[in-house]
Amino acid sequence: MRLGLATLVCVTLALGACQREERDTRPQSSLGSGEQPTPVTTLEPGGQRPSPSDNKAASFEANAFHLSEGKRLFGWFNCSGCHANGGGGMGPALMDEKWIYGSSMESIHATIRDGRPNGMPSFREKIPDDQIWELAAFVRSLGGNAPSSAAPSRNDDMMTHPSENRMPDAATLGKSP
Amino acid sequence: MKRILSMAFASAGALSLQGCAGLQSALDPKGPAASELAWLIWFFTGLCAVVWVLVMIALAAPLTMRSRAQAEPLAIDPGADGRKLRVVMTAVGVTAVILVGLTLLSFFANRTLAAIGSDAALTIRVTGHQWWWEVRYENAMPSRILTTANEIHIPSGEPVRLLLTSTDVIHSFWIPSLSGKLDLIPGHTNVLDIKADKPGVYRGQCAEFCGVQHANMGTFIIAEPRAKFDTWWNDQLRPAADPTGDEAKAGEDLFQRRPCVMCHRIGGTPAGGTVAPDLTHIASRQTLAAGTLTMSRGNLAAWIADPQSIKPGSHMPVVELNGDELNAIVAYLEGLK
Repeated sequence: MRLGLATLVCVTLALGACQREERDTRPQSSLGSGEQPTPVTTLEPGGQRPSPSDNKAASFEANAFHLSEGKRLFGWFNCSGCHANGGGGMGPALMDEKWIYGSSMESIHATIRDGRPNGMPSFREKIPDDQIWELAAFVRSLGGNAPSSAAPSRNDDMMTHPSENRMPDAATLGKSP
Repeated sequence: MKRILSMAFASAGALSLQGCAGLQSALDPKGPAASELAWLIWFFTGLCAVVWVLVMIALAAPLTMRSRAQAEPLAIDPGADGRKLRVVMTAVGVTAVILVGLTLLSFFANRTLAAIGSDAALTIRVTGHQWWWEVRYENAMPSRILTTANEIHIPSGEPVRLLLTSTDVIHSFWIPSLSGKLDLIPGHTNVLDIKADKPGVYRGQCAEFCGVQHANMGTFIIAEPRAKFDTWWNDQLRPAADPTGDEAKAGEDLFQRRPCVMCHRIGGTPAGGTVAPDLTHIASRQTLAAGTLTMSRGNLAAWIADPQSIKPGSHMPVVELNGDELNAIVAYLEGLK
């Protein structure tokens, strides 16, 4: 009886390990970014940017697959050309506490999609919407805003900063417990 | 019942032998390296089969033989120990000779393989990507350097040197009809020399598990006579053909404005991405998406419309295009001969 119970517990635990993260390689709606309005003013009521119609912030920001895809695209699309692996160069740093246009996923998504004054180009038609969300999620992980269990681990090549999953947690950074 | 069974076995055997021929088979060698390896594997298999049969007979014999009736069961045969020792020592000696012989054969086969490319005039750099092959024809003259993807043209009857490397994970380059396999390792260059005796098309396959689309990472070696190969090279060096017709012109415009341009290169246009296959002469190739689809207008449209249902997990994203836009881009790409 006791042996049977122990076996049952072990089997249940082992089966629990079968659960794995979903890899969402296809956008849920094939029409996303094209339908979204372009803001015509920088003034936003209440200082809060309206949320995009197809908001994927919640489902992308703690998803290891999307974060690592974002990291790959960050390199492929030469974001480092201006932002230098997040440290900043011609463009602002992405791994510090100062965010000119807000550090939320929605703000970063809007920055990549529509561009910002003084240099940030718009990638509205150049990058599919899901890939913009992936980039936004990765950019947030640069500053320690992603769970370390999901953030990308070390690079295969030159390491310019600690890997994203070893960044100090932004929520507790600089504060004593 | 017995007849049906034997017929089934015969047809299954015939079918599996059929699988040994064709454009991707190590047992159907089409080059010196593959011939050497095929001869080696047949010789090893034959010799080991003979040894196995002899060992099985030696094991079975004592079970079936009747022991000699001895007058005195407890009498000691003074010669028995010596006889047994001789039998065992002979077997050990024969085993040692066979093993040393096979080692020498393997060593000399390796020497032959290494000598194939010692006077190679053509060097091709093959870079593995998830899940396609980048192919770059090296040349001392920069204007003769050519980058293409997934399809490797070589002159037949000439040794060719391949420099193998990778940008992401370990892949393995294997053209069974021409050569053994060799890994493509990030940050390291491996050298593989191949030679095709006769013109023909030989299929290759990634032979090291490299991710979800490992199975759809094929390549084709197209061996053709030197003159034809030179013509091909010169044709491929030309910038992309100008679009003809309104639809294709619209397609070119869309290609430059939409996400295609972020990753792909088309020679002679501003599109200069290097992280995805070069599309300058995509319509001259026989397959799409690393041997996944044959080249046709329909397949091209299907691949662009929804790559994630054809090759799930591949790095080509689903791009929002309406029907007219898709048709225009396909018309443009179809003209890139």
